[in-house]
Amino acid sequence: MERTIYREIPASRPVIQLAVLLGGFIAAAAGAVLYIEHNGHIVTGMNNQIVWGLPHVFAIFLIVAASGALNVASIASVFGKTPYKPMARLSALLALSLLAGGLAVLVLDLGRPDRLIVAMTEYNFSSIFAWNIYLYTGFFAVVGVYLFLQMGRNTPYSIVRTAGTVAFLWRLALTTGTGSIFGWLVARSAYDAAIMAPLFIVMSFAFGLAVFILVVTGMCRLTGRPFGKSLLNRLGRLLGIFVALVLYFTGVQHLTNLYAAEHGGIEWFILRDGGIYTQLFWFGQVLIGGIIPLVLVFHPTGGVKPVSTILASVLVILGGLAQLYVIVIGGQAFPLDIFPGFQASSSFMDGQVNAYSPSYLELLLGLGGVALALALTGVGLKILRILPTNLSDGNVGQTP
Amino acid sequence: MNLPALKFSKTPRDMNRRDFLRSGAALATITLAPGVTLMSFGGEAAANADAGKRWGLLIDVNKCSQDCSACVSACSKENGWKLPENPETDAQWIRKVDLKDLLTGRESSLPMMCQHCEDAPCVDVCPTGASFKRKDGIVLVDKHACIGCRYCMMACPYKARSFIHEPLTDQKAHAPRGKGTVESCTLCVHKVDAGGTPACVEACNTTGNGAMMFGDLNDPESDIAKALLAYPSIALRADLGLNPGVRYSNL
Repeated sequence: MERTIYREIPASRPVIQLAVLLGGFIAAAAGAVLYIEHNGHIVTGMNNQIVWGLPHVFAIFLIVAASGALNVASIASVFGKTPYKPMARLSALLALSLLAGGLAVLVLDLGRPDRLIVAMTEYNFSSIFAWNIYLYTGFFAVVGVYLFLQMGRNTPYSIVRTAGTVAFLWRLALTTGTGSIFGWLVARSAYDAAIMAPLFIVMSFAFGLAVFILVVTGMCRLTGRPFGKSLLNRLGRLLGIFVALVLYFTGVQHLTNLYAAEHGGIEWFILRDGGIYTQLFWFGQVLIGGIIPLVLVFHPTGGVKPVSTILASVLVILGGLAQLYVIVIGGQAFPLDIFPGFQASSSFMDGQVNAYSPSYLELLLGLGGVALALALTGVGLKILRILPTNLSDGNVGQTP
Repeated sequence: MNLPALKFSKTPRDMNRRDFLRSGAALATITLAPGVTLMSFGGEAAANADAGKRWGLLIDVNKCSQDCSACVSACSKENGWKLPENPETDAQWIRKVDLKDLLTGRESSLPMMCQHCEDAPCVDVCPTGASFKRKDGIVLVDKHACIGCRYCMMACPYKARSFIHEPLTDQKAHAPRGKGTVESCTLCVHKVDAGGTPACVEACNTTGNGAMMFGDLNDPESDIAKALLAYPSIALRADLGLNPGVRYSNL
C-alpha cells in the first residue's frame, strides 16, 4: 500500500468537453430564469394549487444528496474506516457543490430572487425555512473547514476526526431541517408527520452515495486513474443497505397513514388512484429506485460486477427523483380537506385533484442546478488536490 | 342669512419655510416614488392596529345562496384583482365554495377567504416575517419583505393565498400587489382603519342576502359578539386549534 497522492485533474480534452457541456446546461438554466422572472411564473407549469414544482424536486434532491455525499468522509474520519479515507476530500467537495447547486435552483425559483438579501437579513425564527438558512450556510462553513483540515499537511487525525464529527452532526441537523419543511406542515394530510425528518435522512444517505459513486468512478475513468473493483463493490453494498432503509421508512410512513381513517384519502391517492403519482411511486420509487438496485448489488454473482453498482447508482438517483416528485407534487395535487364530510367545489379548485404539467423551463432550471453542482466539483478537482491518483484496491487497503 | 366665513387654512403667502419643504417632499414622494410608497403593507398598516380589538367575521351559511357572489365581485372591485379568467393561476382573495354533505346530500354555499387565524401557520412558516398578524388580528403580507417562496401557501389550511403569476396593471393605491409575491384577503384593512366595514360584508348586506357580519370579537357589546354568544357557530378545521377570526353558523 503506497502513500495516497492527491493531484489536480489535468485539462485534458474529455475534461474540457465535459466542462463545455455543463456550461451549456448552466447557460440554458440562466436563460430560463431570466425568462421566468421577466414574464412571471405564468410561463411555468406551477399555479396556485401546485405552488412548488419541478424546480423544487431538483433543488430538494440536490440538497438532500449534498448531506448524503458527505457519508464517505464521515465513515473515514468519524468511524475510522481506512479504505474510505482517500475519498474523503472528494466527498466533502461534492457535498459543498451539491448544496450550492440545490440552493441556486431554490433561490432562482423565488418569485422575487432579487430580494435574497431580505431572506439573509430578516429572520422569523418560528420558520423552519429561516432555520434552514442557518443550517445551509453553516454547512458550507463546517464542511469547508473540515475539507481544509483534511488537506492540511500533517493535520493530526484527532483534529480531522473532531471536524468530521461536527460536520456529521451538522449534516444530520441539516437533513432534519429539510425533512421538517414538510413534516411541520400541519395543514396537509400528505405531510404533517414526524417521520419526514428521518425519512429524509435515509434518503440523503442513499441519494448522496449514489451520486458520489457515479462522480468518483466517472472522474477516475475520465482522468485514467484506477478505481478498485472491490472498493466499488463495497460502496455498492453500502448503497444497498441505504436503499433498504429508504424502503423501510417509506413502508412505515404509508402503513401508519393507512391505519388512520383521516389519512385514507391521501394514501389511496398515492398508492392506488393517483395516476402518474401512483405509477411514479410503484414503478419509479419502489421498483426502479428500490428493488432493482437491491437485486443488482446483493446478487451473489452479478453483484460483484462493477457495472451492477454503477447501474444501481443510476437507478437510485432516478428513483429518488421519482420519490421526491411524489412527495412534493403528489402531496399538493391531493386537495386540502377544509370541509371534512362534505364534497366541495369552487372556482379555486376546491375538492379537486390539482393538475400540473411542468414546463421545459422548469426542467432546464433543475438540470442547470445539477450541472452547476457538477461544474463546481470539476473546478474544485481542477484547482485543488482532491482526487487521488490511485484508488485501486491494493492502494486503499481494501481486501479484494 | 349669515353665511359662515370661508376659512382658507393657509395661503401660499402665509406658508413658512418648513411647510414649503414639507410640501416639496410630499410632491417628490408622489411623483418619484409611488412604487415605494404604495408597495408596502408593513409598518403603517401594522401601526394602525388597536391591540384591544380582534376583528372578525360571522357568516350565516343558511342565508348565503349558491347563485349569489356579491361578496366576491365587491372584493374584486374594491381591491383591484380581476375576477378569474384563468382559475388555476389568477388570484382569488375570496371565493364561493359549494358544499354537499356526503351523508345527507344537503347542499350549501359559503364565502371562503383568509380566516385571519390567531395562531396563523402562514405567519409561523414565513422565513422573512413578511406574513404577519396585526395586534387586532388581521393577517397581512408585507409586500416589501415577501420573497415569493410560497411556503405560506403550502402551510395555509384554507387555501386562502394566491401567488401573482403575471405582471399587474391598474392597481389600487390602498391594496398594493406585486408580481412574484403572495397575497390574500386583507379584511379591507384600509376601510377598517378608517372606521369602515369590509367590502364583502357591505355588498352582502346591500345586494346580497345579509349573510355576513363584521365586528370586534373582543367587544361584548358588538353585534358579532352577541350573535356568537346567542347562536352556535364553528371555526373551519377547528381540530388544528388555530382560532380563526372567521366563524360560520348553520353549516
